[in-house]
Amino acid sequence: MIEIESLTKQYGPTTVVDDVSMSIASGSITVIVGTSGSGKSTLLRMINKLIEPTRGRVRIEGRDIALTPAPLLRRKIGYVIQGYGLFPHRTVAENIATVPKLLGWEGARIRARVDELLKVFQLDPCEYAGKFPYQLSGGQQQRVGVARALAAEPAVLLMDEPFGALDPIIRCKAQDDLLEIQRRFGTTVVLVTHDMDEAFRLGERVAVMNQGRVLQYDRPTVLLTRPMDPFVSRLTGTADRSLRLLSLIKAGEAAEPGSAAEPGAALGPTVSADASLREVLCDLLWRGAASVSVLRPDGTAAGTLTVGGILARGKPG
Amino acid sequence: MATLARGLRVAAFALLTAFLVFPQRFAPLFAPLTEYGAPPIYDQGSLLGLALAQLGTVFLAAASSTIVAVTLAILVTRRSGAEFLPLSRTLVNVGQTFPPVAVLAVAVPLVGFGLKPTLIALFAYGLLPIFENTISGLQSCPQSVLEAADGMGMSPGQRLWSVELPLALPLILEGIRLSVVINVGTATLGSTVAAKGLGEVIIAGLLSNNTALILQGGLVTGLMAMLLYDSLAALERRLLRFAHVV
Repeated sequence: MIEIESLTKQYGPTTVVDDVSMSIASGSITVIVGTSGSGKSTLLRMINKLIEPTRGRVRIEGRDIALTPAPLLRRKIGYVIQGYGLFPHRTVAENIATVPKLLGWEGARIRARVDELLKVFQLDPCEYAGKFPYQLSGGQQQRVGVARALAAEPAVLLMDEPFGALDPIIRCKAQDDLLEIQRRFGTTVVLVTHDMDEAFRLGERVAVMNQGRVLQYDRPTVLLTRPMDPFVSRLTGTADRSLRLLSLIKAGEAAEPGSAAEPGAALGPTVSADASLREVLCDLLWRGAASVSVLRPDGTAAGTLTVGGILARGKPG
Repeated sequence: MATLARGLRVAAFALLTAFLVFPQRFAPLFAPLTEYGAPPIYDQGSLLGLALAQLGTVFLAAASSTIVAVTLAILVTRRSGAEFLPLSRTLVNVGQTFPPVAVLAVAVPLVGFGLKPTLIALFAYGLLPIFENTISGLQSCPQSVLEAADGMGMSPGQRLWSVELPLALPLILEGIRLSVVINVGTATLGSTVAAKGLGEVIIAGLLSNNTALILQGGLVTGLMAMLLYDSLAALERRLLRFAHVV
């Protein structure tokens, strides 16, 4: 649990972060979204003391971070930035080993951890451990950056526009990887972005920031259906909000019991329970079908979705 | 092209060594430059000894310039020392613009004749390239890399040793090389205040109007500077490959 209490940062007369209070549940992904200059990066950097707040405090697992010396605190918090900041004179393995070395882990443990992480990030240790950052593609550098941040098994991972420099296809993959890794390690992730789609895709809860203030901090569906500020609805976009809402609901959650096909007949068209309603709707439109059967990953039927049923989900309330 | 350059270097080195070890063998070459039977080769001391003494002076001065210039550059690139950057730049620039001869003139009354005033002059003259290059090297470290180092939990000292200095190393070494090469030539001035060096040969030539001596003092110094420049550059490449910085 990260508790942020009336956190304020002023540079001279300008207030960059203005009296922000929020609490972030352990093991969740929280996204802070806002335009540039909204203070979102400053807020993030006050969590690992890269910036000292003017007022207010941050507590991690109940402990005020002001009591821990900055370097010691940061070794327990993963940190990923937009340019990744890989050390150009160190190999991939040495980069990943940075924090474990600072923590004084013994050699064998560091090697085992580096190998494990490289495998998790789909980088063959034999091939990549000895490479230098300039020999990697952008996507690979990004993965090494995240692997380095996770090396010492931090409970908290802070990410500042981590996917900003990636092309759309690789970005999508990197986001999937992050979700997968977050589930696997149970890390508390706080991610800063200006990309609303990314915020909705990743965030269990999303904080919308503007001019140093958090305007609304809630689940994505609530931000869409009950925006508390005109800025929030502007940022979430009113033109396609119903489709965004549909993209937040999984087919498995919305499926109605019963089969779309006649009893005893074949199932007909099927979709995976993991697909979003938006994807299912597109699929139905494309096929010109009115209903579809939803299949769980194990192959059993989870129920049926109809166009009418999906449309009913695309409105507030 | 590379083989040609290497061949030239080896030839220059062989020529220099041969001349310093067996200078009298080269007497016929220099004889036409002398008049009235003056000695064509310097005979009041060993040329090899003078050359080595001069190199020793240069390395001693370069070592002290390096220590002072690098330390100063590190201090003024820290956040707490940033306000001293303009002042130290001025000081170091004065060291460079103040002519070494003038430094010698001022230093002799204070520390006496010999090696000491020469070291002071060379030290002051050699600060600037090392200082400026170290600053450029430290300032050119990518911001994202420094932020990552902080974010990983490196202390300022750890960040300096394991990130900033390795990344600045190519420029620092280049500065040292420039400083050394400039001072090989400048060191001949030390002979005016009785420091051992090839300046002795040149001064002897000037006093006795012996072109052969002036020429051999100058040629040996020039060849040493060229060869030193090349070998320091080669050493740098090897060091940087070893430190993984290229």
